[in-house]
Amino acid sequence: MLTLTGVHTHIGQYHILQGVDLVVPRGGLTVLLGRNGAGKTTTLRTIMGLWHASRGALLFDGRDITQAATPDISCAGIAYVPENMGIFSDLTVRENLLLAARGGEPDTARLEWIFGFFPALRKFWNQAAGTLSGGQKQMLAIARAIVEPRKLLLVDEPTKGLAPAIIQSLIAAFRELKATETTILLVEQNFSFVKSLGDTVAVMDDGRIVHSGGMDELAEDRELQQKLLGLSLDAHQ
Amino acid sequence: MTLTTTSPPAEAELPRLKLDVAPLLVLPILAVLALPLVGSFPTWVTLTVAGLAMGMMIFIMASGLTLVFGLMDVLNFGHGAFVSVGAFTATLVLLPMQGWMQADSALMNLTALGLAIALAMLVTGVLGWAFERVIVMPVYGQHLKQILVTMGGMIVAEQMIHVVWGPDQIPLPLPASFRGAILVGDAAIEKYRLIAVAVGLLVFAAMFLVLNRTKIGLLIRAGVENGEMVEALGYRIRRLFVGVFVAGSALAGLGGVLWGLYKETLTAAMGADIMVLVFIVIIIGGLGSVGGCFIGALLVALVANYTGFLAPKIALVSNILLMVAILLWRPQGLYPVARR
Repeated sequence: MLTLTGVHTHIGQYHILQGVDLVVPRGGLTVLLGRNGAGKTTTLRTIMGLWHASRGALLFDGRDITQAATPDISCAGIAYVPENMGIFSDLTVRENLLLAARGGEPDTARLEWIFGFFPALRKFWNQAAGTLSGGQKQMLAIARAIVEPRKLLLVDEPTKGLAPAIIQSLIAAFRELKATETTILLVEQNFSFVKSLGDTVAVMDDGRIVHSGGMDELAEDRELQQKLLGLSLDAHQ
Repeated sequence: MTLTTTSPPAEAELPRLKLDVAPLLVLPILAVLALPLVGSFPTWVTLTVAGLAMGMMIFIMASGLTLVFGLMDVLNFGHGAFVSVGAFTATLVLLPMQGWMQADSALMNLTALGLAIALAMLVTGVLGWAFERVIVMPVYGQHLKQILVTMGGMIVAEQMIHVVWGPDQIPLPLPASFRGAILVGDAAIEKYRLIAVAVGLLVFAAMFLVLNRTKIGLLIRAGVENGEMVEALGYRIRRLFVGVFVAGSALAGLGGVLWGLYKETLTAAMGADIMVLVFIVIIIGGLGSVGGCFIGALLVALVANYTGFLAPKIALVSNILLMVAILLWRPQGLYPVARR
């Protein structure tokens, strides 16, 4: 579905991505792990065209999107949920979703499906998005990304700062999405959140992918977790 | 593209985003405080209506500029050029049609004025498009260069006005039916000021409807808040920006015609002269906020009129003092736009 080959990204004088090689298989959930500053967010922003790769190639669905403009990348079928959620605070929940439905009004059946796992959005339909709680904003941000069917969903640290109950509903939502065969690339630092969700995993460090493989392999291998993520051996016992 | 509600909402449990009424209350409080200071009720009415009329014209000129800043973070110091060009372009219709302008028929007056306004808005809209493409686009994201290059653009536009219309002031008499005043009790209210108030309200209502009831308006509001996310949703914010720039330039042209008729004299520098007030208005209102711009324009104009009457020496600095007071109260302006 998505292939990054030797991608380098510079932001001003800083060389952030230093040859990222990443494959996101169709229909699965790929988790991108790594410590702060490893380059995970830059990777998503580069895929989205918000920052352009200075070297390397990005292929999406067989199409070269390396230098494509962000709106073209979005129209090609990639949706993006940034780390700050990027919701429009002055707009209502309805207006936020309306903007994401490029074809006009959001499809009612799809809205009902979304309300099924994010019921708060129905409740606060005409509420200004800025008045929602952090978890509800995250739900809105994800709902906005999937209000129309997309081929690939990029999600940047959705659990950051959220209460455990909200995280559980996000897990349920991602399971629903996986069932629709939507391809997802999920950036996360919360390993316990993603280990049951991910099909494949890539670990970043210093702007490179230092490990990639199946999630099962990493979830079961505590030494590998310790080596790649610095997780305590006791943390998951 | 009109919006309709898609799905029946359930009852909301969150507190609704309350309308921030404090800035709205400043206007009547200011007017009421001015009344005993002015002393005479008829004089106060005349000053207040004059202030409202002036405020509406400033709003028309400033509204496009505040959206341009909010949407693309562009500081356009050349916005005044559209005011001057709009006013001078109107003379291409109004001077040859002086017969219609001075006729006793309100219909003939309005026809001539309507044609002049349409031409002025068309020319300033096209000029705005060219200005954005040639002058503003190369300096996106570079504020210092934006200031220099747009000021340069305004100087060039002023000189072009001298080339086309000559260096002299051009008198622009009001249409016959707009002259004179109506008496409300002992207060004389100039007809043209009432017309300016009506046009300003009409423009504000139109902008309000577009921004709140259409998808283009939603995109503009969203773009002012987080342009990057609008692009990530698949919309080309730069096209939107060009559209807003053109509309803002055309509105400045309309404001120029109204301002020219208000002053009844045109100079090439009239746009540059009014820009000080325009910038104060958009700063007071909150950069990118049309509602704030509206309130800010009325505040600036009312303060200018009241202090001009009560303490002419202070009038020169009254707007700066007002801006300082407002920013001490609300550092982001009266109605700050939520930013990412």
